[in-house]
Amino acid sequence: MNEIVFKEELAPEIKRVKIMNPLIAKKSKSGQFVILRVEGDGERIPLTLIDWDPKDGTITLVFKEVGASTRKLGRLEVGDIIYDLVGPLGNPGEIVYYGRVCIVGGGVAIASAYERARRLKDAGNSIVAVIGAKTAKSLIYREEFRRLSDELYITTEDGSEGVEGYVSDVFTELLNSGRGFDLVYAVGPVGMMKAVSEATKPYGIRTIVSLNSLMVDGTGMCGCCRVTVGGRTMFTCVDGPEFNAHLVDFEELEAKLGMYSEEEGRILKFMGS
Amino acid sequence: MQKLEVRLRQIPVPELPVEERIRTFNEVALGYTEEQALAESSRCLQCNHPLCVELCPIHVNIPKFIRLIRLGAYEEAYKVIRERNNLPSICGRVCPQEMLCAMGCKNTIGDPINIGALERFAADYGLERGIRDLSIKPFTGRSIAVIGSGPAGLSVAAELVKNGHHTVIFEALHEPGGVLTYGIPEFRLPKKIVEQEINYIMKLGVEIKTNIIVGKTITIDDLFEEGFNAVFLGTGAGLPKFLNIPGENLCSVYSINEFLIRINLMKAYLFPYRSRTPIKVKGKVAVLGARGMDAARSAIRLGAEEVYVFYQRRIVGRRDDIRRGVEEGVKLQPLTKPIRIVGNGGWVEGVELIRLKPIYGAANDSKLIPEPGSEFLYNAGTVIIASKHIPNTIAATNTSKGIKIAEGRKTIIVNPETLETTRGIFAGGDVVSGASSVIKAIETGKRAAQSIDRYLTGKL
Repeated sequence: MNEIVFKEELAPEIKRVKIMNPLIAKKSKSGQFVILRVEGDGERIPLTLIDWDPKDGTITLVFKEVGASTRKLGRLEVGDIIYDLVGPLGNPGEIVYYGRVCIVGGGVAIASAYERARRLKDAGNSIVAVIGAKTAKSLIYREEFRRLSDELYITTEDGSEGVEGYVSDVFTELLNSGRGFDLVYAVGPVGMMKAVSEATKPYGIRTIVSLNSLMVDGTGMCGCCRVTVGGRTMFTCVDGPEFNAHLVDFEELEAKLGMYSEEEGRILKFMGS
Repeated sequence: MQKLEVRLRQIPVPELPVEERIRTFNEVALGYTEEQALAESSRCLQCNHPLCVELCPIHVNIPKFIRLIRLGAYEEAYKVIRERNNLPSICGRVCPQEMLCAMGCKNTIGDPINIGALERFAADYGLERGIRDLSIKPFTGRSIAVIGSGPAGLSVAAELVKNGHHTVIFEALHEPGGVLTYGIPEFRLPKKIVEQEINYIMKLGVEIKTNIIVGKTITIDDLFEEGFNAVFLGTGAGLPKFLNIPGENLCSVYSINEFLIRINLMKAYLFPYRSRTPIKVKGKVAVLGARGMDAARSAIRLGAEEVYVFYQRRIVGRRDDIRRGVEEGVKLQPLTKPIRIVGNGGWVEGVELIRLKPIYGAANDSKLIPEPGSEFLYNAGTVIIASKHIPNTIAATNTSKGIKIAEGRKTIIVNPETLETTRGIFAGGDVVSGASSVIKAIETGKRAAQSIDRYLTGKL
């Protein structure tokens, strides 16, 4: 249980692992997540489920080594055991036929964008994908998206691949050039999700975002992940993680994500020493 | 005269000095020494019709164990407590004895006996020495799934396994213990004690599976399919309620649950060296709500400049712990109500409150009404919301078994006698009563075990 059975580096600091956990693999649905701890005194980190196989009993996670805990996770190798792993958490997303769907993914979250794109494609939707990263080297799942999507747009902030700029810029241009979508699904940095949401709002296009709030227990006990949606307080863990983008208070989410940046700096310094 | 004084007054429980308390999370009450326990036990009048036993929800034979302590027969005293109580070292520490057993103490001209401290003395004596009374009935071939490893779940599981049933507890978090682990702070209930009590129950044969969320990882339906014959829900009241006032989602506003989970379960007070989970206590701390004493005392220990608990009528907690909190510097401000939390740039800066005035009615009751113009601002860098909790319904709703849940309170509706909610499914503790006490959870766990026993033998 919880043994890493496969590991690969997708890009610098971005890793994909397959973990043995038949119970979670059996119950997982698109859009759900797990919480794991790397060591006995480790924090609980939420990670979106990228894939799961009820037959071989594995789940797949993709993560970027951004903080102390994800760096520790990145050091685990095939055969190592994840100290604690619990899930699946959160509500599944809706996988139905919408028609023409635009999937927008940024950074490491391109992995979850791909997961959703795949399910929606299977449900008969046509997929327009806009994915982007800082630079070509850190762009993941480009081949998978190339095979899957009916149309693919790639952006990099430094212009090393595709269009130079942000995914939200290309998406907005696409929208303003008269392209209509029946659903927009955006996942990635808060600024990107906010920009996508603002772009679709005037058109009244149904837009779903998957939020990456800070969490502790992930079962509704602590309220650390609360976010204002349509003027009401929601818990990302039990009410989400997917919400109608047009109702989400992104400024609040952004502020809350930065709440412990000072502490994160301290711990990285301590780890480095 | 000296002799009379000794008999009238309780032997005080030694405590850590205040200066030391406010710097560490070490347990405050140090417990009786043998000499002190002997002296305190000799104060018991050994009544013929002891009211203390009646007022104890699980009817521990209090005069008997106290008599055995007086005789120096500590092991026997421990066994007398164990006959009735599956978590005695915990109850000795966290039960509000002054509102239960000690309220019935007939030593009326003096202080009541310190039953809690004596229970703790005997219970720790037995627990530390690994004294066991393993009278377990032969295996019945029946299995019971217990959901939640808090006091209700531990109590029902211990009873069931003693009756010969295979019993498995499923816990959502990575550590067992429920509120004993995530809720009650180390300085009131050391986690080592919780661990030892759980080990005792595991040695009876109870299996505990952590990191399993019933309702998500598996469902109650799955449990029956896997062959469990009955299910007990002891999932507690773990969901925080917010106040629905502006500013609650600012940075550095915590629910009391989040604040205590970070400290107790995740050990944030050891950050960064021995815990990776941070916590923020900046400047002054405002705790909003009568249930905030544990959070307030924790905030003091994390270096808060000042800590106020703002509440309406009466602070919730054991008398000794409220006194200790005040000694440690927690300031209590009743007759206040928060109106809004104010912030700047996404971070909390303070709380605006209004004073309340009691209006006395005809029938000895009073209503609290806000006093117009009495609004005031309390500058705070951290705000903790300590309102009442409601049950988490994940396990009870993700099943086809039709578990009845009360609207609004979210509690599970059970037959008050048998604690059965629907055929083969029982519930107890806070998930039934709403946020209550450890001892009441233990009591319902014991009662549910009897019903489950009868259910499994076709007598229910």
